[in-house]
Amino acid sequence: MSDVVLSLQKLHKRFGALQATNDVSLDLQQGEIHALIGPNGAGKSTLIGQIAGNIRPDEGRVFLADTEITGMSIAQRARLGLGRSFQVSSLAEPLSVMRNVMMGVQALQSHSFRFWKPVARDQQLLEPAYEALERMQLSHRAWTPVFELSHGERRQVEVACALALKPRALLLDEPMAGLGPEGTAKLTELLEALKREVPILLIEHDMEAVFRLADRISVLVSGSVIAQGDSQTIRQDPHVREAYLGDSDA
Amino acid sequence: MTNNTPTTNNASPGHSTAQESTSARLENRADSHFDRKGIVQIALLGLLLLVPVAAYFLGHIYYVNLASRITIIAMAAVGLNLAIGYGGMVSFGHAAYFGLGGYVAGISAYHAFDFTPFMTWPFTVPGSDSLLVVWLAAAVLCGLLALAIGAISLRTTGVYFIMITLAFAQMIYYFANSWPTYGGEDGLPIYLRNGLPWLDTNNALNYFLICFAGLVLAMAITSRLMKSRFGAALTMARLNDVRLATAGISPYPIRLMAFVISAVITGLAGALYADLNGFVSPTSLSWHFSGELMVIVILGGVGRLYGPLAGAVLFVMMETLLGGITQYWQLFLGLVLLGVVLFAKHGVMGWLAGRERNE
Amino acid sequence: MSVTLLIEQLLNGVQLGTMLFLMASGLTLVFGVMGLINLAHGSFYMVGAYATAVVTATTGSFLVGLGAGIAAAALVGALVELIVIRRLYHRPHLDQVLATFALILIFSEGTRWIFGSSPMRLSPPSWLTGFVTLPGDTRYPIYRLMLIGVGITVSIALYFLISKTRLGMRIRAGESDREMIGALGVNISKLYTVVFALGAGLAGLAGALVGALQSVQVGMGEPVLILAFVVIVIGGIGSIKGALLGALLVGLVDTLGRVYLPIFFRAFMPPSEASGVGAALAAMLIYILMAVILAFKPKGLFSAHD
Repeated sequence: MSDVVLSLQKLHKRFGALQATNDVSLDLQQGEIHALIGPNGAGKSTLIGQIAGNIRPDEGRVFLADTEITGMSIAQRARLGLGRSFQVSSLAEPLSVMRNVMMGVQALQSHSFRFWKPVARDQQLLEPAYEALERMQLSHRAWTPVFELSHGERRQVEVACALALKPRALLLDEPMAGLGPEGTAKLTELLEALKREVPILLIEHDMEAVFRLADRISVLVSGSVIAQGDSQTIRQDPHVREAYLGDSDA
Repeated sequence: MTNNTPTTNNASPGHSTAQESTSARLENRADSHFDRKGIVQIALLGLLLLVPVAAYFLGHIYYVNLASRITIIAMAAVGLNLAIGYGGMVSFGHAAYFGLGGYVAGISAYHAFDFTPFMTWPFTVPGSDSLLVVWLAAAVLCGLLALAIGAISLRTTGVYFIMITLAFAQMIYYFANSWPTYGGEDGLPIYLRNGLPWLDTNNALNYFLICFAGLVLAMAITSRLMKSRFGAALTMARLNDVRLATAGISPYPIRLMAFVISAVITGLAGALYADLNGFVSPTSLSWHFSGELMVIVILGGVGRLYGPLAGAVLFVMMETLLGGITQYWQLFLGLVLLGVVLFAKHGVMGWLAGRERNE
Repeated sequence: MSVTLLIEQLLNGVQLGTMLFLMASGLTLVFGVMGLINLAHGSFYMVGAYATAVVTATTGSFLVGLGAGIAAAALVGALVELIVIRRLYHRPHLDQVLATFALILIFSEGTRWIFGSSPMRLSPPSWLTGFVTLPGDTRYPIYRLMLIGVGITVSIALYFLISKTRLGMRIRAGESDREMIGALGVNISKLYTVVFALGAGLAGLAGALVGALQSVQVGMGEPVLILAFVVIVIGGIGSIKGALLGALLVGLVDTLGRVYLPIFFRAFMPPSEASGVGAALAAMLIYILMAVILAFKPKGLFSAHD
């Protein structure tokens, strides 16, 4: 089982009367894109929160490779190699792209209690950040302030920020949201190239992108995983068609 | 590692050249001293240094001491600016550190004057009339106090943080007010200004130069700090702490450290202030003073290196000039402040030197 | 350590608590509904006291004075909201702090300009002076007892206002969802002015009542304001219930601490030192209480906002 990079084991989370996560187990393996889909209110955000660390599960455990991360803070998980992007862009708008990406490099290299050396001349920070940007084909925008970027470019920067951590697993929360067809096509291409190095847990609404990218798909409905399999299986699963695609004819 | 370059790599130029040019661009930004902003800054600092020197040789000691006052208040505001402007931590209780620094100077001088120890158990701590000892003690004690207050306050955010820092400062204020040993609400006089081994600190110009060195050092440290990795993390904590945590850096210790450094700078200014006036009282711990420090930071331009200095100059000038005309000068201070907050968000430095890039 | 002293001090604590509640409820409402931190709340306390003192002196009636004090504070509150405060709702807290700090300077110095620095005379009417004898032979001033009564009455009235009336419904809607009440067709800016004036009126009432007990002077609102901050931080900002509980807690702890801590230290210290240590610690006690509560509940006991 050394291929499993990220695994969720029997996660439960309840908010008052709402069972937001109900016995969810899934894993992410080396070299794959595993897509998590589900209608609005299916509990995707809660599940992501439990993986990323801003929500504690009531029961169950989360592992990154062989390390249990269930009780760890967001920052600890990130340093161990869990990169994530947000549904709503969460970059520091006034800063340059480079400054945003450099943060992850800095976290990896040391604690941040270095008070003297200016970061602007710190090749140890600049080079890896630049590399991450190149992989997202954004190095030409390195010194542009984030607020000048297009929506699609921000999406790419988000992924580059996650890549700067040299992550073992990527957690991408609706990276295609709000992108036009062109942007979606570009990001799809980039993610496809990326997955060989870093497996991706992809939460996405754009079904076309999901069916094209995902090696495996899990369907979350009302907090439970109701189906899992490759895109062919999921397309034909009657439960999925009924519950998720709203296809009452099935 | 061989197949990881994307196939469409032709857009980006060679690796190292791109970096050289980009990091050079950053340096150019930082080193361009002779634009409008640079001229305003140099003029401000130059005037602050030259006016008291000239006044001293013309025999106007009053103006030398006034300049010392401006300098010290500016230094205290530099400390607060690190918390508010750079760290986004709206501390409404920095008078606590200013006052504590002052009381360290006062209490130390008191015991040195009396030849009584400050404490005898578990070990003996004598008083001292050496500025170096006073500064060291003030820095350490203010740092520890800020560590304790910050550790609790930084668990909260927003309005809670503002009110809690205010409340803790009030706690220190009431303590000083009701603790009779060191004068209580009457305050504590310093009969002999604390000294340095190689310099006559009773000379007004010498003392001003010490204060000036303190201010410049505090500004230099702030500037250097904000360019470092720590500064990068602190900036990110202010702009977007979720981003910082997601990048793998916990915001809490970064903020706490900045809060402590900020308090130490303000505390050292407080020690200088007590020795300047030969007196320290609970007034220096009061919430009014915390508010005034915030006002100075805002008047000057929040999050700008020279903002506190510009704010302190403006504030003390208003106090001196308006205060000479009417005893109700704070009414006008209130009106000016209201105007600045409502209509001129970038402060004096924003007005004189243009908007800050990366603001 | 007599029972009489204990009863008397308990009552004093409750009395301080109810007056703090009058201040804190306005602060916490304004924060809960408008998201605004208002340092100038202490100024309304002062305005209420001055107006009461002036009108009582001219009409000779304390009740008329009191009514005038509440009205003046509410009116000034409404004006301040219309002219300054409504420009601050969408501003960062730092701007709100500074602008309302500026208002304090303007109000305090303006009042000093008009009325001078020496305190104004305001005393309770003759029919409220004197003492009542409570069970256990405790003699307690009628006026202070009346303050407790007013505090309780206002608390109950506020409870009904918020839970049973249309205005209260709108306030509650405003607390939970600012966007939604706009969608409901409620005139938000009018609601905000009313809530702000209500808070100011309550502060004015407290200022007038306490002013007759202590003294009416410039800056009288500031110590109370900071105590009220401690109250709402402990209770949870935005929560009226929290403000009530926090106010009683702060009132009792502060009052009892000032009396009993020096007595406590006298048990194992020389008396002169004991009163010094006791007084210093008593002055810090409520802040220590606040720190302890926040260490366990960073958002206060009853947080309305998460």
